[in-house]
Amino acid sequence: MSAQPDSAVPSASLNARAKLAVTAGKAAAAVSRAAGRGSGSVIGGKVALRVDPDLLSRLSENLDVVLVSATNGKTTTTRLIAEALRAAGPVVSNALGANMPAGITSALAEGEQARFGVIEVDEKYLAMVARDTHPKAIALLNLSRDQLDRSSETRMLAEKWREGLAGSEAVIIANADDPLVTWAASSCRRVIWVAAGQAYREDAWSCPSCGGVMQRPDEEWFCPSCGFRRPQPHWALQGEFVVDPQGSPWPIRLQLPGRANLSNAASTAAVASVFGVHPQVALQRMESVTAVAGRYESVMVAGREVRLLLAKNPAGWLETFSLIDPAPAPVVLSVNALSADGTDTSWLWDVDYERLVGHPVFVMGQRKLDLAVRLEVAGVQFQVVDSIQQAVAMAPAGRVEAIANYTAFQQLRRDVQN
Amino acid sequence: MSESALRLVWIYPDLLSTYGDRGNVLVVERRARQRGLQVERIDVRSDQQVPTSGDIYLIGGGEDRPQRLAGERLRVDPGLHRAVENGAIVFGVCAGFQILGHEFVDDRGERTSGLGLLDVWSTRGESHRNVGDILAEPDPRLGLPTMTGFENHQGITHLGQGVSPLARVTVGGGNGTGDGTEGAWRDTVFGTYLHGPVMARNPAVADLLIKLALDVSALPPADNTWYDALRSERISAAQQQTA
Repeated sequence: MSAQPDSAVPSASLNARAKLAVTAGKAAAAVSRAAGRGSGSVIGGKVALRVDPDLLSRLSENLDVVLVSATNGKTTTTRLIAEALRAAGPVVSNALGANMPAGITSALAEGEQARFGVIEVDEKYLAMVARDTHPKAIALLNLSRDQLDRSSETRMLAEKWREGLAGSEAVIIANADDPLVTWAASSCRRVIWVAAGQAYREDAWSCPSCGGVMQRPDEEWFCPSCGFRRPQPHWALQGEFVVDPQGSPWPIRLQLPGRANLSNAASTAAVASVFGVHPQVALQRMESVTAVAGRYESVMVAGREVRLLLAKNPAGWLETFSLIDPAPAPVVLSVNALSADGTDTSWLWDVDYERLVGHPVFVMGQRKLDLAVRLEVAGVQFQVVDSIQQAVAMAPAGRVEAIANYTAFQQLRRDVQN
Repeated sequence: MSESALRLVWIYPDLLSTYGDRGNVLVVERRARQRGLQVERIDVRSDQQVPTSGDIYLIGGGEDRPQRLAGERLRVDPGLHRAVENGAIVFGVCAGFQILGHEFVDDRGERTSGLGLLDVWSTRGESHRNVGDILAEPDPRLGLPTMTGFENHQGITHLGQGVSPLARVTVGGGNGTGDGTEGAWRDTVFGTYLHGPVMARNPAVADLLIKLALDVSALPPADNTWYDALRSERISAAQQQTA
């Protein structure tokens, strides 16, 4: 639901301090919005939490909370779960991806009438938010390398999840095909395992439990040293179907493209069933989702269709390459290295840009020269450009697939709106 | 060079391939092929034997626990030592550099033996982590231009009498010893803290390894247009970072 923030009155169930905190946060957000500084949700949340540090916990008390965390697919899956659970009652969600405690607090403050709180959580904050919000369910989708110059090592993150979730009362919905996620979830009491697939495996060769070398025949995986192995899944993604625990296959018909979104839909169906929403109903509701925060959106630039795709790390790029139109569809790549992107561009070399051979490629963004060297070594034909308009003017016929990392994607969205 | 093809060995991609150092393998392979060389690339997983007959061995950076596991597995495998005795070239980055030395500090905070192929030993800095663009002037005997890279480490590497610094830092932290040294080398064994990856930022380093493997003093020219453009951009960015 999208309550009007300025008119909303704090819920009667909150105590005086919490009400004051909500009101102060909304005032701060309104000031920030009026000043043209975005939605104001982060500053509003910060102000509110300063007035009442327990506000997040209080706002969660009357909600059935679902947390969603992962390296990739958090925002999209949060959106899919929100759509699915609306079958059972009103939902409040941080749909725009403000996924740290302040942004989450702001989002929940809008949900006085909601039954469900569907919350995307940054990987580093999962244990803390899980403690504060008493979730009924937590969906863990995947873990892989991301912005290593500023974030935790990937296995350490899995370890933190494992420690932080060990005593949780929540039902954990976890991807059995991701050994790091499995490691994180396997100390929890109630786990629903989903065979949701794993395309990028480079962070999963070393056993998270003992360090042995993982064996991965077919879809199984196991450590020959300690016996840690893939759990028997309750739910499974099979092609374009999700198979429920009774063995019934349900067709997934999304408007969102790609294997990764089929995987997100499978996890969503498993989450929805925890709350009594039948997979068929959940999947039907997911069909309405088109673009998520501009991702997968098609726009017109100088009369040409351009599809906007976000890829922030090697796993994300791999999934994105698998969904773009086949060669010779023109491809634009844009990479920045601001702090929100990670300032180290070395990760470009963990991405198989060799897969773009045969596509005419245009590179742009702050770090277009890093991309140029990467593509030269990959044997990909490319041209360096300064803008999406220039790329589109030079591109041969066909829909243009524009793939960008975080701030480059935001820049691209602004550029195509002008 | 041993056989007709250049044998390029990548040590433990399953453990030491976290910070894009795979790019070093790709750049050496690409630049060798551009010179008309056959390249046989051998990726050695940590449950496999290290071959003794390679020409160039590359070891990348990794997280703390994988570094310990890699050290444990390489210590009981005589392959790399034999290869070096045969004159092979070894180039290690970050965690891979530390493993080439006498000892390093592992994920449990314990001092762990390395391979002793370089006369260096590594400790861990108190709290300061060197993260950012780095510039360094290489040892003049190597005939290399200014080195640019990205460093991301808390390790401090001390050099013994048996090695020379690979380079002298002008921007950044390097070995972290405060004396401005970056990396180390002796004969055909090299270590550095530079990511970027280092070969993509400094193709002359890739060429140096190929020349050493072939035992030639020069290679046919290769097109360096985009490497040169990237180098100028990163060198000036690093200079402005401190200005």
